[in-house]
Amino acid sequence: MNRHLLSVADLGAEGIEEVLRVTDSFVEVSARTIPKVPALRGRTVVSLFYEDSTRTRLSFETAARRLSADVMNFSVSSSSVSKGEGLRDTVETIDAMGVDALVVRHRAAGVPRQVAGWVGASVVNAGDGAHEHPTQALLDCYTVRQRRGSIEGLRVAVVGDVRHSRVARSGVLAFAALGAEVTVVAPPTLLPPSLAGWPAAVSHDLDAVLAKADVAYLLRMQSERTTEALVPSLREYTAGYGLTARRAALLPDGALVMHPGPLNRGVEIAAEVADLPGSVITAQVANGVAVRMAVLYLLLGSSPR
Amino acid sequence: MSAPVAVRGGTVVDAGGSRRADVVVDGDRVAAVGPDLEVPAGAVVLDAGGCLVAPGLVDLHAHLREPGAEESETVETGSRAAALGGYTAVVAMPNTDPPVDSAAVVRHVQRLGAAALCQVAVAGAITVGRAGRQLAPLAELAGAGVRLFTDDGAGVQDARLMRRAMEYATALGVTLAQHCEDGALAAGAAMHEGEWSSRLGLPGMPAEAEELMVARDLALARLTGARLHLLHLSTAGSVDLVARAKAAGQVAVTAEVAPHHLVLTDAAVASYDAVFKVNPPLRPAADVAALRAALAAGVVDAVATDHAPHPPEAKELPFEQAPPGMLGLETALAVCLTELDLPAERVLALLSWQPAAIAGLAGPGGHGGPVAPGGPAHLCVVDPAEAWVVDARALASRSRNSPWAGRRLTGRVRHTLYRGEPVVVDGRATR
Repeated sequence: MNRHLLSVADLGAEGIEEVLRVTDSFVEVSARTIPKVPALRGRTVVSLFYEDSTRTRLSFETAARRLSADVMNFSVSSSSVSKGEGLRDTVETIDAMGVDALVVRHRAAGVPRQVAGWVGASVVNAGDGAHEHPTQALLDCYTVRQRRGSIEGLRVAVVGDVRHSRVARSGVLAFAALGAEVTVVAPPTLLPPSLAGWPAAVSHDLDAVLAKADVAYLLRMQSERTTEALVPSLREYTAGYGLTARRAALLPDGALVMHPGPLNRGVEIAAEVADLPGSVITAQVANGVAVRMAVLYLLLGSSPR
Repeated sequence: MSAPVAVRGGTVVDAGGSRRADVVVDGDRVAAVGPDLEVPAGAVVLDAGGCLVAPGLVDLHAHLREPGAEESETVETGSRAAALGGYTAVVAMPNTDPPVDSAAVVRHVQRLGAAALCQVAVAGAITVGRAGRQLAPLAELAGAGVRLFTDDGAGVQDARLMRRAMEYATALGVTLAQHCEDGALAAGAAMHEGEWSSRLGLPGMPAEAEELMVARDLALARLTGARLHLLHLSTAGSVDLVARAKAAGQVAVTAEVAPHHLVLTDAAVASYDAVFKVNPPLRPAADVAALRAALAAGVVDAVATDHAPHPPEAKELPFEQAPPGMLGLETALAVCLTELDLPAERVLALLSWQPAAIAGLAGPGGHGGPVAPGGPAHLCVVDPAEAWVVDARALASRSRNSPWAGRRLTGRVRHTLYRGEPVVVDGRATR
């Protein structure tokens, strides 16, 4: 593995496979009575979150603790950032304390890559604007493989606000790298302006795609998209692109329903659909800890400071 | 009176052509031009062996940041950067703080420019506060010496207001220059909208945001008869519109492009290094090719730097939040000589006498040549064969945001004479 995890593209198919292999052993660790191993004892992991995110931050911190790393938590509201300190000064200050990994979440695309240029620590992208969220894609791949054995040849539909979604950017790359046939499904206004170079097909007909899908991956739909004239209303969005109970019935047997959370029940996904047997949304969260243990272990475990 | 200067052994290049000639300067005037001239007693001798000796360069588009953002640049540091780049005149953009929308601010910048290492021509705002709502006092500003008006940084969005500005300007004999960008289509954008913005998750502005305003202003210039100058064109569609307008005639339009748009593409943004954030944004390779073709075909009249200094802390913000802009004064000529497939004489036309005419700085006693006895001694002496590597830390600008840092360029300014004074000698500023 490289020194940093900034994009799924940095990993390639082999790198993804390696993370998933190591994740297997950490899933086993997580099932123990005392789910803790000494792999990163004496190492320090800092979670540097410039954007609110309870679930991703807790998942990373839990992963680091289960590896016996020391964990520091930097959140913007209680920090020098609110006193006007610049991004570079903040990360260089933290880096100077001798930390091994910085887990960075920021509302602006590219910040983890900028940070990686300034520090000696390894940088893990925990979500940067509309760019990428690589560990989400890794845990999604792990979850699909857990349920379906292999991703090769599976038909994956990524549905919703692809334009603004870091989950979609990482997910499309990861699923395709492992051999899935990926289709993005959205109104044209919620697709990126260009899909050149994306390993994905495009559709605006969700019913037709679902009828042949092995995985229906719903993206979070935010109400502010209506004020940006991207969709007329959430009601119209749901009618065209929501996974309603009627649409869920179109899915073949054994198809999986996935969502990165938090759910907008009744918008991109009907309340009852989220609780169907094919829904693996809770498993995604559970696997998130093991996948992040694997990432931190692969970045830090083998190389001394 | 300063000592005479003899520029020896070079090839003089101006609008009249090129010839091997020495140039002798006495005071602020050229005293003699010819082969193997006798060096006057007490003269400072500048070696121009292997060099082109051209009229000083003229930049139509420089942000000198003073007053208001002296942490980025000052008239002094910006003019030193200009002199090192071979410029003897720059047009200072009016998006200062306060903006140049009153004669008092014009005179303030002119006073600062009096001690500068090149002439500082002050551009005025088209609208009060560059806010796009009310006409600035164009006649008062013209009376103070302003020849070029622009709200650069933003385009004048209101078509009616732009029409009135053009009509009013025709009586003043001045030129209106537009930063072409439809504000609604470009809102929130950090780069060009396309393959790279889609991949990088950055909000983009489409080429059409620029082209819509180019088309609108060409129509308004036709309607009003005003002289229109289009700033930093960056798309194939824009230069195509200009080519058609020029071919059809009946519109007094000139256009400039910036060196970075002639070389760099939006792929550079993949680094998320905000040094590559600029407005208009870097475009795909097809646009770069179209701009080069437009230069070669004479559709574009000038290369202008859009020199836009920003301090490091501003360029270390997240890409979406960082201010747009790149340094250019110290590298423009070298970039053009290195990267463009144009003869040096054409490059010098695009950087010297053609922009001098657009800026209203040409003519007897002005800039852009010709290099002839009795003319003003504004000279750029450039060695087209000298290779060098751009070191951002060594730039004279107060800022460091050069997209050319680390790049090897061929062609370096050896000497610059402004009003007869050798302000740059052997690549170093003398003050």
